[in-house]
Amino acid sequence: MIVLNVENIIAGYGETEILHGVSCKVEKKEIVTIIGPNGAGKSTLMKAILGLLKPTQGKIFFSNKDITGKNPNQIVQEGICYVPQSDNVFPSLTVEENLEMGAFIRRDGFREKINEVYQIFPDLKEKRKVKAKKLSGGQRQMVAMGRALMLDPALLLLDEPSAGLAPRLVQTIFNKIIQINEKEVSILMVEQNARRALEISHRGYVLAMGHNRFEGSGEDILSNEEIGKLYLGE
Amino acid sequence: MEAFIGILNYAVFFAITAGIFAVLCLGLNIQWGYTGLFNIGIAGFYAVGAYTSALISGPPPGPMDWRVVGGFQLPWPVGFVGAALVSGLIAFIIGIPTLKLKEDYLAIATIGIAEVIRLIIKNESWLTNSVWGIKHITSPLALPIERGIRALLRANPGFPLWLQRLVSNGYNWFYLGMVVLILLLLYGVSEKMIRSPWGRVLRAIREDEIATSTAGKNIFWFKMQSLVFGAMIMGMAGSLYAHYARFIDAETFEPFFGTFLIWVMLIVGGSGNNLGAILGAFTIWGVWAGTEFLTHGWGLTGYRAASLRVISVGVILEFILLLRPRGILGEEKVVSFIFKKERR
Amino acid sequence: MDFTSRIFQLALYGIVSGSIITLGAIGLSLTYGILKFANFAHGDVMATGAFLALIFLNLFQRLALPSSPFHPLSFGLPLVLAFILCMVATGGVAIGIDSALYKRLRGTRSITLLIASVGVAFILRNVLQFIWGPDPRYYIKKIQVSVRLPILGLRIKHDQVFIIIVAACLVIFLHFFLTRTRMGKAMRATSDNMDLAKVSGIDTEKVIKWTWVIGSALAAAGAVLAGIDNKFITPSFGWDMLLPIFAAVILGGIGSPYGAMLGGMVIGLSSEISTAFIATSYKPAVAFIIMVVMLLIKPRGLLGEK
Ligand SMILES: Nc1ncnc2c1ncn2[C@@H]1O[C@H](COP(=O)(O)OP(=O)(O)OP(=O)(O)O)[C@@H](O)[C@H]1O
Ligand SMILES: [Mg+2]
Repeated sequence: MIVLNVENIIAGYGETEILHGVSCKVEKKEIVTIIGPNGAGKSTLMKAILGLLKPTQGKIFFSNKDITGKNPNQIVQEGICYVPQSDNVFPSLTVEENLEMGAFIRRDGFREKINEVYQIFPDLKEKRKVKAKKLSGGQRQMVAMGRALMLDPALLLLDEPSAGLAPRLVQTIFNKIIQINEKEVSILMVEQNARRALEISHRGYVLAMGHNRFEGSGEDILSNEEIGKLYLGE
Repeated sequence: MEAFIGILNYAVFFAITAGIFAVLCLGLNIQWGYTGLFNIGIAGFYAVGAYTSALISGPPPGPMDWRVVGGFQLPWPVGFVGAALVSGLIAFIIGIPTLKLKEDYLAIATIGIAEVIRLIIKNESWLTNSVWGIKHITSPLALPIERGIRALLRANPGFPLWLQRLVSNGYNWFYLGMVVLILLLLYGVSEKMIRSPWGRVLRAIREDEIATSTAGKNIFWFKMQSLVFGAMIMGMAGSLYAHYARFIDAETFEPFFGTFLIWVMLIVGGSGNNLGAILGAFTIWGVWAGTEFLTHGWGLTGYRAASLRVISVGVILEFILLLRPRGILGEEKVVSFIFKKERR
Repeated sequence: MDFTSRIFQLALYGIVSGSIITLGAIGLSLTYGILKFANFAHGDVMATGAFLALIFLNLFQRLALPSSPFHPLSFGLPLVLAFILCMVATGGVAIGIDSALYKRLRGTRSITLLIASVGVAFILRNVLQFIWGPDPRYYIKKIQVSVRLPILGLRIKHDQVFIIIVAACLVIFLHFFLTRTRMGKAMRATSDNMDLAKVSGIDTEKVIKWTWVIGSALAAAGAVLAGIDNKFITPSFGWDMLLPIFAAVILGGIGSPYGAMLGGMVIGLSSEISTAFIATSYKPAVAFIIMVVMLLIKPRGLLGEK
């Protein structure tokens, strides 16, 4: 079953068009990774899916439902949650308040959910009462992911979850992503740590200058020489 | 014919005041229109200019006055230049703590300085004669011109009434000529500066401060120059006002006339456009005068009429912001900014 | 009265006016935090609240509500009810202005909103003046004598004690609202990062409405308390408050409600105490100078972020 289907969308900021007809798909229980050079439009694609930018053309379907042009809070309600690339926690709120904000539109089952998140990220439980601005980069990333999980999303969008983390933490984050995926959450992520991300992904896309360049299974992309040279820095 | 002369004389009076507002708008346009500096304390610079000029070129304290200094009766141009310099100096001082910060801070700081200046005018009677104001400020060349007019009328007792009226208003015509001349001069100078490399840097700052500073420009210093230059023009307007009205006190420079009206003028005319600044001054001063006829027609007087007129100007501003935020003329697109043409 | 007790006496008055400034400054700081613009109409929103209270007060007096003062205060039930109702009504006015004007300008540069708010300031002030005229309007006719405290011969009026207590209660209430309720936390979250709040599913428009209501209600409360302290109100009250509340907000750190509380107290105390040394009429200048000094040494304010 297809969870997310992006069909030929064109989007950008004001006058400047950044995505010139980009498509991608996420199947149920899949981990899909988008790689591409800086400025390719990867973050822009994520923002367009989430409704922070309105595509001028093209369609976005979520579980066969057209969500093109909806507002972020409606899309979140549909079941897509998003962890932005930067500024992805509320710095002056405590860890627990951050998680609470993730569940803002949820009226019940808040306690169970928060415990579930603490199970995935046990570090956060200890830091419950600490303000997010006092946390380390890795802890913040966990808060951000935890916040996004509070609504039981069917699809999780992660924009460079390992950016700026120490190598040891990178592996931890990827393990968490696998752990989350095992709970039936489909994942679409953008990664600069392309090799490691593709190793855990079912499929991947290469995006460059606002166009789809290549798509295939994780192994396909990793074994493609041209892509390796151009985008994986080999 | 006489009615026509009556209207004409009113038109002259109207044009002098509008012209002085236009000078203020040019000053604000440099700061806000071209550099993005948010000054809502225009009244302060305007008042400082007026008082400086009155103290330099005005009469010495009279027997009933509280003030004890000033009134040096120097020629008006000295007062005019002094007004510009002192206003500029105050702008310099206020610029130091605020120009490195976000625009909102400059806004509140300029309001603050205007308020402090108003408090000083109200309280320091030795300098400003406080609430009694400075009276009988001499107008440039008033004596010889008035004398000439009187001689002319005496020599020609046969002038029809309309001609007599026209001639007796001669001094205002002279003053109008002076205001227009100064306005044109300032217009020319600021157009020239805005189109110079200096002006291009200002606009680049307004568009994108960070990019401009990475291009190696000392933002603070450019902003300071713009703030000071604009404030000097406001000081000049103060001098023009003082020597025309011949009387100034703290009320003259209250926030509505001294600041808000000028903002509305510039926004309506089109900020970032010197012609727009002048057009806006005349348009809004016309609207302001027009509202008087309206409230008069409705039989409103006193504070009721005054409040309603202020409300209508406020409403005009909000409508312009909502419907035509670039003003009547909008910004000129003649010179594109950034540093393409400028390699130094 | 010797010099020390005079200073303490002024400090006591400073706490009273600091309470009023604080209530004004909190609202200014909240809207700044969330909408990211300096609302120059906030002082006039305060004044609007004071006059809305006057409407209710006159209404209750006409309804012949029992109006004997609550001993030892100098006012009774009508003013207390008017106080509560005007907070609600002022919140309504603020939402009205927001949906008529500011909402349509959101997404433009924040400076456009600032200019619009200057326009709103003049409109509000002159609407008040159009209706009530420039002369003072009285809340309370009765004169109240101050009582002597057992320390240093200080004097204070019962009404002033009431002002301090009410302001403190409102501040505590706000603190619980911000830290314990869903909406309060959402307000803090939106103030931190509006985009992230949106993608978390927070209805930021609703948060903005709440911000206007809370900020304006507190502003109205501050204005009515000032009216109780002075016994009268004038349409120019808002203008007179502008410098003190901005100074308080900048001193405490823009966007931080707790900073606004601290800043309000510092401004209130220093303005009052300054009258021992300079002319009373320069009180607003003291607020201004403290603000400028703060901008020079620590522009982010005492409790500002980053
Ligand atoms: N808010 C914005 N306004 C205007 N242009 C933007 C904005 N954000 C990004 N851009 C531009 O859009 C283009 C694509 O940016 P995007 O952030 O999508 O790239 P990316 O693929 O995520 O790159 P990175 O790997 O650096 O995160 C870039 O040229 C960028 O300058
Ligand atoms: Mg990116």
